[in-house]
Amino acid sequence: MQRLQHLLGIEDLTREQILFLLDQAKPFQEFQRHPLKKLATLRGKTVALAFFEPSTRTRISFATAAARLGADTMNLQAESSSLKKGESLLDTVRTLEAMRPDGIVIRHGSSGASHFVAERLEIPVVNAGDGTHEHPTQALLDALTIRDRKGRLEDWNVTILGDILHSRVARSNIELLARFGCRVTVCGPAMWLPREIESAAPGVRRATRIEEALEGADVVMVLRVQTERLHEPSLAAEEYILGYQLTPQRLRLARPEALVLHPGPIVRGLEIDSAVADGPQSGVLEQVTNGLAVRMALLYHLVGGAPADAPHPAKERTNATD
Amino acid sequence: MRVVEKRQLLSAEEMERTLQRLAREIVEKSGKPEDLALIGVRRRGAPLADRLARTIREVTRAEIPVGILDIALYRDDLSTVGPQPVVHSTEISFPVDDRDLVVVDDVLYTGRTVRAAINGLFDLGRPNRIRLCVLVDRGHRELPIEAAFVGRKIATTQSEIVEVRLREVDAEERVMLVDRVE
Repeated sequence: MQRLQHLLGIEDLTREQILFLLDQAKPFQEFQRHPLKKLATLRGKTVALAFFEPSTRTRISFATAAARLGADTMNLQAESSSLKKGESLLDTVRTLEAMRPDGIVIRHGSSGASHFVAERLEIPVVNAGDGTHEHPTQALLDALTIRDRKGRLEDWNVTILGDILHSRVARSNIELLARFGCRVTVCGPAMWLPREIESAAPGVRRATRIEEALEGADVVMVLRVQTERLHEPSLAAEEYILGYQLTPQRLRLARPEALVLHPGPIVRGLEIDSAVADGPQSGVLEQVTNGLAVRMALLYHLVGGAPADAPHPAKERTNATD
Repeated sequence: MRVVEKRQLLSAEEMERTLQRLAREIVEKSGKPEDLALIGVRRRGAPLADRLARTIREVTRAEIPVGILDIALYRDDLSTVGPQPVVHSTEISFPVDDRDLVVVDDVLYTGRTVRAAINGLFDLGRPNRIRLCVLVDRGHRELPIEAAFVGRKIATTQSEIVEVRLREVDAEERVMLVDRVE
C-alpha cells in the first residue's frame, strides 16, 4: 500500500488506503475510553490548523485529535478576502511555511485550495473542506459509523438529502460509498440537484421526491441546510420542511434498521425532526466520536514517523519492533 | 539486509518446559491468584501470556485474566525509523487498578518496549505492581528495566537478533539466534 503523504480528497485514495484509515481508527476509538487521554506519540510536533472558513466542530475535532496525540497546534483563523482569494492564500502559505509546522489542516472556501497548498509545501496537508469540492475526513468518519452500526461498509442503499449542489460532504461521501458498491440516491429541491451528479460515480441517481428517495434506504444522510440560501426567492424554509424534512413518518419509508446520519450542526425542525435526530436510528453522536478517532489515526500516520523521503530500511528486523 | 541463522536456542519442547516452569514461578512468587493478571505485549507476548494463564489455571484452578497491549502509541521516537507503525487494538477488558500485573513478552532487549508497556498500563489506571516475564533476556539494556521471570538469559552481540517463532503467529515453534549479514 502506498504510504499516505496528504489527505486531499477521497478521489485520491485507493480502496486499500481507505480501509487502512478505517482500520487504524479502531484503536483510537478505544482510546477515547481511557481515563487518561494523552499520548506522547506526536510530542514535539506542531500541527497548523488553518481555517479560512468559520468552523467550530471540525476545528475542535482536529485540535483535540492533535492534542491527544501530544502535538501542539497553531491556530490560524483568517477570513478569506473575496477580492484576492488566490493571492492571499499564497501569502498565507508562505507565512505558514516560515513557522515550520509538521503538518497543516486546511479549510478554505475555494475548491482546490488544499491541492494548491500541498503542491507548495513539503509537509503533509489534510483537507478539512475545500469549497464545494471535498471533505474527506467527514466521508471517512461516516464510513466508519456505517461499518460499525451496520456491520459492513459495502453494498448498501444510501440516500443523501438536502443541498447536494453546494455540498462537499455529499461529494466525498458519494466518492467513497460508490467505491464500496453502495447505491447512492441524492434527493432535494431540483435547483440543488445537479444533473451531473449522476456521472460523479457509478450507482448514483437523483430523486426529487423524498418518498421515492427513502424507499429501500439502509442509510439516510441528512445534510445541513445552509440557511443563507433559503432567502433565495425560489425556496422558503416552510417549503423545504414540507418537501424534505426527515420526519419519523418519512423515515418509516426506509428500511426498518436504517441508519440516520448528519454531518452537523443540526437545525432541529428544519432539515430533521428532533424525534429522528434523538431517536434510536440516529448515529449522530457516534459520528462525532468517530470523527475524533479518524482524525487521530490520520494525524498519527501523516504527521508522525520519519519524513516520507527518509531512507526506509527494507523490513527492518530487530527485537525492538514486532 | 539479510539474516543468517547461527544456532537454535530453544526447541519447541524446551520452550514448553520453560513456559511451564515460568508459570509455576509466577504462582510461587505471587500473592492471591485473584489479584493476578497477565498482560501480553503484542504480538508474540500475547500468545505466551495465554499459555502461561492456562498453566496457572491448571496449577491453581484460578482463572487469570489476560489482556493484550499494543505499544505502538507509546514507543519513544527513537524506535521509529520509517513510517509510523500500524496501531493494533489494546484489549484489556478488566480494570488494572489494584491489580498484580505481570507483563509478558518474548524477548527483553533494550527495555524500551517494556517502558512503553508501563506507560500504556498507567494510562489505564493504577496497578498495585507490575512485574515482567520474558522468554529470553538477551542483554543490552538501555533503560533500568529487569525481568522478575526469565526463561533463558543469553549473551548476544548488537548485530544478532533473537527470533522467537510461535505456532499461534508463525508456522513453527522455536527460538533461534540469527545474525545480520551484509
